[in-house]
Amino acid sequence: MSTTTTTSTRRGKAPAGEKIADWADGRLGIYGLAKANMRKIFPDHWSFMLGEICLYSFIIVILTGVYLTLFFHPSMAEVEYTGAYAPMHGVRMTEAYASTLDISFSTRGGLLVRQIHHWGALIFVAGMALHMLRVFFTGAFRKPRELNWLFGFLLLVLGCVAGFTGYSLPDDLLSGTGVRFMEGAILAVPIVGTYIAMFLYGGQFPGNDVIPRFFSIHVLLVPGIMLGLLVAHLILVFYHKHTQFAGPGKTNNNVVGMPFLPVYMAKAGGFFFLVFGVIAIIAGTTSINPVWVLGPYRPDQVSTGAQPDWYMGFSEGAIRAMPAWEWNFLGHTVNFGVFIPLVVVGILPALIALYPFFESWLTGDKREHHMAERPRNAPTRTAFGAAWISAYFVLMIAGGNDLWATHFHLSINAITWFVRVGLFVVPFLVFVFTKRVCLGLQRRDRDKVLHGRETGIIKRLPHGEFIEVHEPLPQGEMHRLTSHDQYAALEAGPSVDDNGVVRKQSLVEKLRVKMSQGYFGEENQIPKPTVNEYEEITSGHGHH
Amino acid sequence: MSSGSENNMSPEHLPNEQDAEGTVAVPGADHPFADPGLPAHQPRKQDIDEKAAKRSERVVAFLFLLSMLATVGFIASFVAFPVDDIRYVWPLGHVSILHVMLGVTMGIALFCIGAGAVHWARTLMSDVEIADERHPIAADEETRSKVFADFQQGAAESGFGRRKLLRNTMFGALALVPLTGVVLLRDLGPLPEDKLRHTLWGKGKRLINMNTNEPFKPEDIETGSLSFAMPEGLEYEDHDFNTEIAKAALMLVRIAPDEIKDQQSADFGVDGVLAYSKICTHVGCPVSLYEQQTHHVLCPCHQSTFDLSDGARVIFGPAGHPLPQLRIDVDDEGYLTALGDFEQPVGPSFWERG
Amino acid sequence: MKKLSARRRHPLAALVVLLIALAATGGLYATFAPADKAQAQGESTSQQDKIETGKKLFTVGCASCHGTGGQGTTDGPQLVGVGAAAVDFQVGSGRMPLQQPGAQAPRKPRVYSDDEIEALAAYVASLGPGPAVPESAAYAPSGGDVARGGDLFRTNCAQCHNFTGKGGALTDGKFAPPLDGVAPKHIYEAMQTGPQNMPAFPDKSLSSQDKQDIIAFLDEVNGDEAPSEGGFDLGGLGPVAEGLFGWIFGLGALVVVAVWVAAHTAKAKKS
Repeated sequence: MSTTTTTSTRRGKAPAGEKIADWADGRLGIYGLAKANMRKIFPDHWSFMLGEICLYSFIIVILTGVYLTLFFHPSMAEVEYTGAYAPMHGVRMTEAYASTLDISFSTRGGLLVRQIHHWGALIFVAGMALHMLRVFFTGAFRKPRELNWLFGFLLLVLGCVAGFTGYSLPDDLLSGTGVRFMEGAILAVPIVGTYIAMFLYGGQFPGNDVIPRFFSIHVLLVPGIMLGLLVAHLILVFYHKHTQFAGPGKTNNNVVGMPFLPVYMAKAGGFFFLVFGVIAIIAGTTSINPVWVLGPYRPDQVSTGAQPDWYMGFSEGAIRAMPAWEWNFLGHTVNFGVFIPLVVVGILPALIALYPFFESWLTGDKREHHMAERPRNAPTRTAFGAAWISAYFVLMIAGGNDLWATHFHLSINAITWFVRVGLFVVPFLVFVFTKRVCLGLQRRDRDKVLHGRETGIIKRLPHGEFIEVHEPLPQGEMHRLTSHDQYAALEAGPSVDDNGVVRKQSLVEKLRVKMSQGYFGEENQIPKPTVNEYEEITSGHGHH
Repeated sequence: MSSGSENNMSPEHLPNEQDAEGTVAVPGADHPFADPGLPAHQPRKQDIDEKAAKRSERVVAFLFLLSMLATVGFIASFVAFPVDDIRYVWPLGHVSILHVMLGVTMGIALFCIGAGAVHWARTLMSDVEIADERHPIAADEETRSKVFADFQQGAAESGFGRRKLLRNTMFGALALVPLTGVVLLRDLGPLPEDKLRHTLWGKGKRLINMNTNEPFKPEDIETGSLSFAMPEGLEYEDHDFNTEIAKAALMLVRIAPDEIKDQQSADFGVDGVLAYSKICTHVGCPVSLYEQQTHHVLCPCHQSTFDLSDGARVIFGPAGHPLPQLRIDVDDEGYLTALGDFEQPVGPSFWERG
Repeated sequence: MKKLSARRRHPLAALVVLLIALAATGGLYATFAPADKAQAQGESTSQQDKIETGKKLFTVGCASCHGTGGQGTTDGPQLVGVGAAAVDFQVGSGRMPLQQPGAQAPRKPRVYSDDEIEALAAYVASLGPGPAVPESAAYAPSGGDVARGGDLFRTNCAQCHNFTGKGGALTDGKFAPPLDGVAPKHIYEAMQTGPQNMPAFPDKSLSSQDKQDIIAFLDEVNGDEAPSEGGFDLGGLGPVAEGLFGWIFGLGALVVVAVWVAAHTAKAKKS
């Protein structure tokens, strides 16, 4: 932010600092921005820092990526290796692979930067996934943040694209297998697949063009778009101000926390160094993608345990679990064994990406929401999210089925069958289970408000009965547990209107009523305690 | 949301519209669930005890100093350790000592800056919580009508709605001009034509052992063994070696004739020596996880399983059709040769495959 | 004590108790579990008696499945013509005698001593001609070309045994075993004889020198001294292990840090 130029307020330097600030203000008008933002408030909660992990790892990945481009040759020209890594001497490989070996073995610190880049990328995508789940489960995607939710989702998708293209660049046997898979997947697209494959690979697989093309996509196209989206994402975060969890003094119309200057600047700035430090230590001590033992790519060679990086694991799983379906008709072939999983891989993320619009349609709620909800207070949403995660996990298991098979002494065929069935059964079970848990937690909150906290102290009454002493909650806590919104379910309107004419209800409207009942109906949320109930109990027969 | 009155479970599915605008009824203090407001600030030890504050200051300064030392260590490691020095470091294993030293010192240098700054913020900077007002994102009615009025004035002044010819031709031009970019993409690659239908195999081409570079004789292939072959004339040094081997790669097995279930498959081979494409018909990974007792071959990528004793029929996994088999024979000198190209396209299915 | 009684109502209390109980159980088991007793007794046998001794051992330990003359039964394959190399591999790596029927015989501590294995091998070799146990010059890693071996390994072996010989899954519970710590001699014999479902790689398709190159490569990337330049190798299992590590230790560590950064600083007076 441009406010950084005005941070120096130390007395000794003040005049010089002020002069510089005045100079900048005269040209950039920074004081206006600074006035609004210098003491901007940010709420403190660890889960609000997940986005920062993504931001910082993105910066780290860009910094290290720029370094790597200084040494990497994105070329598929074949060379006979003569570099520093003896076990590869004389092996034919592309320049891309050879230069990756050189970065790892001839450049001091090159291996470290490579590993920071790769670990940073894994953590970047993982951080985005976790950040997205945090936003989802706390309902922080609701108005006015739906667009920012989409920006974030696009960043996640582009992060995966950047990851996949980057993973392919060294042209090693593992990543080459992934590039080969991509060719097969493109060929499976009906009608245009063959043409797209020819255009992407500059001819037949593997050709001589795919690595330089992936390089352009990886270092230029995708990061460029991501940078733009990231800036938009951050501006919106600033503009909307952060959500916060309920608590005393925290309302939908304020944001409670510490000011940007100095606390948040120190914490956020410090956190950047913490993230960088942790990733550097991991990269310094833990090997990742040691391409030199994998060997250069050759289309007739392969290794077992060929997996993509984790974020593509679910797509790999969808394809592994697919039964063999292929259609031949009128001289054309559709490879459903690849095509259907590709569609699933598109639909599954789309479900979560479009969910905010579904929920806002369902509730018809046009108000702004700035309070982060507790997951238990939106049981159906939480259950849907959990079911979604479980489906993702089932596919991830399929993506590593060969490793689970060897490490847990299982049959790979049995795991595949488990996934084929589990993809449909597990999310359903998880949905039901999660919803029960949420409702149970809601009931507990209700009991806590109405009957107070269990103290663990057992008292014997004069007539011999044992009771546990309950201690009433402090007011702030009672407020926190009762301040959430509860929607009432939509009712199906009367089937005839006032004049006795049959009302036409569209199917969509009927569906909406049904869904609304499922979300907010009697069985689907526990009414939060009312003051009347509370007073009746407290004034009546004491605690229980 | 603290909007809506808490002592009344709203029978509506939405609280009233006025509540949405933020006219929150502030409940009185008698209300047991009422928002008591921000709790009073409680001082930290550092706020009231100068000794504790000094202690925090020393910790922060120590962390910053440690970072400086680590940076010096980083530079020293960079100079001191050769790039190819492998040493045993517990518990990591035999590692490049330069790499580990650089990583750890850099990590400490960065982490300590962060830890120092955060500790400073947490213990020495004010921790009084402040509430900032939010303002509705949507503009008020006055702004809204001004914007619309301005827009309509601008649109009218442009003549955009009135001069339809201008508007329509402009749309036309804008719609067409991206085609220049699309056309430029044409030369990204050639048209598919029948490229995916043919491989380097052809009549009379010998099967070359990929390990020894010698042509195979049938007796080289023992029952229960697995060998890999490429077409005669293909050299590792060829600039299109990878592109050709991506289609032509072959695996050779020998199955006792009475165990071969598919007659055509047996006819395509020589005395039980069968030559199958090594490229999976699913997405093109080299399938060659051959189980010599079951004659199953498994693809390591997506576990398509083919039964080589039964014409490479798919018995598990996502592949849609069998591996193509190459017709082979023995030439005059006793070497295995192809009788032609594969009769079907090898590798993954595509739309035009038919 | 009041603190404790309040805390035992904490939502995480049950989890903590469970973890402590699990740790205690595991720890006790590890402490008191009986250690494997190595059992091997050497008994030198003279050259002439080897076949005779082997036959005796065979009748007691192998014939029930492989038949009294090694002609095979429904429970075990015929051993006529498999050669001494096959016996040396199967018995020397502990796969035989079979402990229990299963998808395949796993490697386990061997039952017979060196001399006994030699005798068994001599006996089986006498049943019919087959590959002999290789001389150490044929499989010594020092005699191989690592780079060429790597290339050959990726063409012939990696599809089942993984890039660096970490093993992998086959169909229906079968697996290609990891090659860590497998003696070079056994690797050579396995390529030569094709044990169980592994295909054989006879000398005509993979020459003796090729085999030695492969052994040299494995020794370089998978031996006890194999370097892992970039740090701890996570078992060499590739992206699945890396992804798990990234989530649990990478993102996990960062979340722990985030909790510290965001948490309220301890107040002077605990309320």
